[in-house]
Amino acid sequence: MNKPVRRIAIFCGLLILALMVRDNWIQFVQADELKANKHNRRVTIARYSQPRGNIIVDGQAITGSQETGGIDFKFKRTYKNGEMWAPVTGYSSQVFDANQIEKLEDKVLTGDDDRLFFNRTVDMITGKGKKGGDVITTLNAKAQEAAFKGLGKSKGAVAAIDPRTGKILALASTPSYDPSTIAGAQDDKAWKELQADKNQPMLNRALKQTYPPGSTFKVVTAAAALENGLYKDVDAKTDSPLPWILPDTRVELQNEGNIPCKDASLRVALQWSCNTVFGKVSADLGNKKMIDQANKFGFNKPVDTPVRAVPSVFPKDNRPQNAMAGIGQASNRVTPLQMAMVAAAVANNGKLMEPYMVDKLRAPNLNVIEHHTPKEMGQPVSAENARKLQSIMETVVEKGTGTAAQIDNVKVGGKTGTAQHGVDNSGNPYAWFISYAKTGNGSPVAVAVVIESSETIRDDIAGGKLAAPVAKSVMQAVLSTEK
Amino acid sequence: MSAISPMPNTTNTTTISTAGAPSRRNTELALLAFAVLIPCFAYANVGLAMDGEMPSGLLGYGVGLGLMAGVGHLVVRKFAKYADPLLLPLATLLNGIGLVIIWRLDQSPRLQARKFFTASATNQLMFSALGIALFVAVLIVLKDHRILQRYTYISMVAALILLVAPMFFPAKFGARIWITIPGLGSIQPGEFAKIVLSIFFAGYLMVKRDALALASRRFMGLYLPRGRDLGPILAVWAFSILILVFETDLGTSLLFFGMFVVMLYVATERTSWIVFGLLMSAVGAVAVSTFEHHVQQRVDAWLHPFDAFKDGSSDQIAQALMAFGSGGVFGTGWGQGHSDLIGFAANSDFILATVGEELGLAGVMAILLVYGLIVERGVRTALAARDPFGKLLATGLSGAFAIQVFVVAGGVMGLIPLTGMTMPFMAQGGSSVIANWALIAVLIKISDTARRPAPAPAPSPDAEMTQVVRP
Repeated sequence: MNKPVRRIAIFCGLLILALMVRDNWIQFVQADELKANKHNRRVTIARYSQPRGNIIVDGQAITGSQETGGIDFKFKRTYKNGEMWAPVTGYSSQVFDANQIEKLEDKVLTGDDDRLFFNRTVDMITGKGKKGGDVITTLNAKAQEAAFKGLGKSKGAVAAIDPRTGKILALASTPSYDPSTIAGAQDDKAWKELQADKNQPMLNRALKQTYPPGSTFKVVTAAAALENGLYKDVDAKTDSPLPWILPDTRVELQNEGNIPCKDASLRVALQWSCNTVFGKVSADLGNKKMIDQANKFGFNKPVDTPVRAVPSVFPKDNRPQNAMAGIGQASNRVTPLQMAMVAAAVANNGKLMEPYMVDKLRAPNLNVIEHHTPKEMGQPVSAENARKLQSIMETVVEKGTGTAAQIDNVKVGGKTGTAQHGVDNSGNPYAWFISYAKTGNGSPVAVAVVIESSETIRDDIAGGKLAAPVAKSVMQAVLSTEK
Repeated sequence: MSAISPMPNTTNTTTISTAGAPSRRNTELALLAFAVLIPCFAYANVGLAMDGEMPSGLLGYGVGLGLMAGVGHLVVRKFAKYADPLLLPLATLLNGIGLVIIWRLDQSPRLQARKFFTASATNQLMFSALGIALFVAVLIVLKDHRILQRYTYISMVAALILLVAPMFFPAKFGARIWITIPGLGSIQPGEFAKIVLSIFFAGYLMVKRDALALASRRFMGLYLPRGRDLGPILAVWAFSILILVFETDLGTSLLFFGMFVVMLYVATERTSWIVFGLLMSAVGAVAVSTFEHHVQQRVDAWLHPFDAFKDGSSDQIAQALMAFGSGGVFGTGWGQGHSDLIGFAANSDFILATVGEELGLAGVMAILLVYGLIVERGVRTALAARDPFGKLLATGLSGAFAIQVFVVAGGVMGLIPLTGMTMPFMAQGGSSVIANWALIAVLIKISDTARRPAPAPAPSPDAEMTQVVRP
């Protein structure tokens, strides 16, 4: 009877072995996956078991932590002036995860980053709790405030960058939300309301929303004309008949009002925002060259700031659509950040710097563990052509559609835009303004403003009337801190 | 293992040695010291981790566990001198660690915030003491395990009553495996039935084994039993299915059927029984799970544990898996995990998840090894036993123990569908710990008889290896 007993012993051994193999599977092979599972509340429990590190602007924390006394989460995230800063910080919620910087730099903020290993170990030995590191941003508090206040109650977004480095100085989106309201464990109601809100307060319009660029795109078209040698002199007459028929169609392209567009020079055409001139430039260059120029400015690929900005697009299209795209009224769409990059590249003498908003990561003991160095993304236009573009953009502000952006004693270049949209252009147009300011020290700021619901005005002046003043106050805010 | 093997010649287990094996009682005592010390360290560790100070109950706990182990040891020394020296320390270790985990989960604010929360550690300590008392009683009262053979059919009736009774009591948590006595609490008769039933199977199969083994036809390399010999296995199978249907408990059903097949195989030495058994349990399980809603739910929860977050069903398995995963290789340390997120039954059915999270892969492997060792010592006892009844009984008990560990741990780790059984010795629950102490007592008694030096001649007829087939 011993033979079967021995076999039973083997069978029992196999049962235990199966358990051991399974245990290795879930505790070793799958461990990391299970640890990071989105339903695993340990992640959140750990995240809020000590005060989070802060997100810092101009040396001041714009976030904070508050003790809750709850069982699961000892601390809760708080935000100072949350609505204004939401497009920068994102939110960090005990229930609904996190996004933007709060999510991307979570490891540093919670103190779990590998580079904080030494700090953690020292703290553990000395019996101190784990501490989170800080994220120091490139933002400029005054510029942000100017942008947020300037947008006011209207729906829109502002992106401002330092053309010399790519530092993001302002990133505003309205209507906004206060991340504090969804930070806690019992904020389901507030969360659902935000999600259901038709105005999408949680949408970061500056990075995540694309708009038809309208006439602001003419800057890109002008750049393409110069770069491809279609026109060399911005003050020479162009070959621009009036009326002008869109290629392959019988449709006459209209200008906004009775403006001097026939054979107008690029300077005059930009000054008055001539659709016919730039439509024809785009048609003459063809779809491929236009796409190439747009891509050089950063179109058709996402930009990680590190918060990802969705790609602005300039797609392949047929001839009439391509001509319309040249005036920003076809299938090309842009984020406000992208248009700020266009203005910035022109202002920085053609050199496009990669936009970024996290300047430094700082350990709890104030050691800097990462310092972002500005990176060049490319040279969309030559320095010579950039200067020509600056000159004609400055004319726009001096005596064209963008006079509202003038600043005393400072050279400002800009471009207005009013993008039609909706079926038969029935929707309220988007008012655009892109601009830069120049001092003896190069250009410290380029800005793009878009305002969605400009109720009454439907002509090209909309951009100049609604968006330009916002751009102006943002530029002034930056200039005031520059000195 | 060689250090524990009583003698170099132990492989020759059926030979009756007159030389007299060493009793190994001092080995047992030394091991017991470890088995008491380790849980005490664990207890201190929990207190230090959770409150930052030595727990005030440490002395009481240490003394209590020490006393239990001491009494157990003294009784073994007196009444089962040649018993296997590992069984008692291993069971004590598991019991001790189980108590620490239950106490640790009692401290969890998250569990304390639940409705119907009661601290269980004190009760469990009392149940463990009752378990040891039963252990002592079995050792003292049961002079020789062969006496049990006389109660073969009484055991059958007792087992039937124990198994059927829960059907008349209300279902708890979706399974009818409890007998609820208002005011006193509830007991899980299945745990006791396990022992009583193995006595019946051993007694029955010892008598019938030749008929079952010899009268068969050969077909495709398998010895097929005669139709009428299929009766018993069919009866047990049908009974297990009935348990499954009426008590909606896959675990109990699997345990009893598995135990029967194991014992049948050992008694007859026919592989065909195993094949039959596997086929029949597969057929039964599949058939029942197609129409039994509760079983179906369990299977679904096993296949898609994380769906619970979508459809709002119980997320216990998912939580247990995440507890294991979060523990990783070395675990978070005592008292620092969040296995209490499992919520309901965290300290009973799911107790292994706490081991997984706080002691890590290393800890679970150690615990599984301890369980494996208990099974191994049980099977070794079966090998060493000189009488077929003892062999069958020891195999049945250790087989059932192994199957139970597999079914529970496998369920908690998502290897098989979850069933309503408890980790022997560790899980919170009185019936389980008391019954398992009795099980260890029976194994110890068999091993004592097996290793005891041969008495004066006049061997009992039961000890003969060949037997007359009695009608």
